[in-house]
Amino acid sequence: MSGPLLEELIIVFLKVALVIGALLGLFALMTWIERRALAFMQFRLGPNRTGPIGILQPIADGIKLFFKEEVMPAAANKWAFLAAPVVAVTTALLAIAVVPYGPPFTAFGRQLQLQVADLEVGLLFIFAVNALGVYGTVLAGWAANNKYALLGGLRSSAQMFSYELALGLSWVGVIMRAGSFRIGDIVESQAGSVLSWNVVVQFPAFLVYFVAATAEVARIPFDLPEGETELVAGFHTEYSSMRFALMQMAEYINMITVSVLATHLFLGGWHSGIPGVPSSGLYGFTWFGLKVGFILFVFIWLRGTLPRFRYDQLMHFGWKVLIPVAAVWTFVAAAVVTLNPR
Amino acid sequence: MMDAAVFYAFAALAVLSALVVIAQRNPFYSAFALIVTLCSLSVIFALLGSPFIAVLQVIVYAGAIMVLFLFVIMLLNVRREDAGKGGARTMGGIATGLVVLLVLEAGTVLLRLQPGPAPGFDASTRKMAQVLFSPQFLYVFEATSILILAALVGAVALAKKEP
Repeated sequence: MSGPLLEELIIVFLKVALVIGALLGLFALMTWIERRALAFMQFRLGPNRTGPIGILQPIADGIKLFFKEEVMPAAANKWAFLAAPVVAVTTALLAIAVVPYGPPFTAFGRQLQLQVADLEVGLLFIFAVNALGVYGTVLAGWAANNKYALLGGLRSSAQMFSYELALGLSWVGVIMRAGSFRIGDIVESQAGSVLSWNVVVQFPAFLVYFVAATAEVARIPFDLPEGETELVAGFHTEYSSMRFALMQMAEYINMITVSVLATHLFLGGWHSGIPGVPSSGLYGFTWFGLKVGFILFVFIWLRGTLPRFRYDQLMHFGWKVLIPVAAVWTFVAAAVVTLNPR
Repeated sequence: MMDAAVFYAFAALAVLSALVVIAQRNPFYSAFALIVTLCSLSVIFALLGSPFIAVLQVIVYAGAIMVLFLFVIMLLNVRREDAGKGGARTMGGIATGLVVLLVLEAGTVLLRLQPGPAPGFDASTRKMAQVLFSPQFLYVFEATSILILAALVGAVALAKKEP
């Protein structure tokens, strides 16, 4: 194996290791932040016993889950039951592999970007992998041979299809403005002041995206797949121990993915948005991190604030409000882009 | 070299999973094997330098259509099919498959076809859009859209129960 190829391979492996490590860390941290923040919103304290201000709680949770018994329901379809968490986590990790985590930078005499794969069709790839992610849910719901799990799986997948349409349509205006599916190009199309960010230029698309993304990751107010009072825990009712942890991990990674996408597509990615304030190098990473952190916090905030939708309301809202709004906005954006060719 | 290795791995996976689709008696497993086939085909499209078609393959077939198949299988609770009647039909099927394979191979050899995309063929996303929306194909493309819309309306009309 020759030098350059080996070097490329090492870089790719390092990137993959870094991304997966960072994601696992962020996932662990998010479970704690979410519980703490939610507790403060409800005048409680939340987990504050393990380590200073409770920051070691995720590790304690991990150890606990690791030593719990794995229960396989007697009537379950064994292979499908084992495959479901793997499908869920794999698709979640694949989706986040094609997004950049910061501006391009130079290190060791090389032009680098913290991104595992820079695809020409990056956004479409995420859409495709997201579509495959439904199988994790469907499999989990079906394989357990439990009526709550099956109903939860059906609900969850129906919800994901319905809101996937609105999600995809909300991207179209952004893609047309950038003239590319590549996420780096989309970020660059928003360079300049805050006024050139898509959240300002394409505000209706941002609204549709945010609502649809919340539904895609099944967060409150769209957490019907896990409606505890009706379905116990939905499609992952029968999962225990590390498989339960994997299911949770897939959900949190999906949440991080939609937050990162919201930042790149609508909030200007790593651009500072203020003329004169630098957005290259470490500054870029800082802006990017702050924006993603803010969106993640909004998800927790929503959870502490809103009640859950009813199922018919959910379907009505998705098909009769969100998709028409997104479709009309696509026409408006197409007209604007056609009239002002770059 | 790398391309060839990836190609053979996924080509083998595609053929094997396609065999599972027809050999498996449990429709649920068949459907999943078909998803694997479609995803392997998508990798081959990507290798041929057409990421757009690769991704569409996954979105449309593996993502949208197969989920509907799975829903039907799950909701109707389709049981595993009983073993078929006899070896004669299976043998006939295998023979037909072999003959088709032979004809295709012979065609490849006789026409001296080279593997990979035709020379000068550019399947990038931008180029594909330019070709699809060029005057040459625009009307065909739009007519296909209308056809799909008609099928959609038809499906809704058939599924709608009389009040």
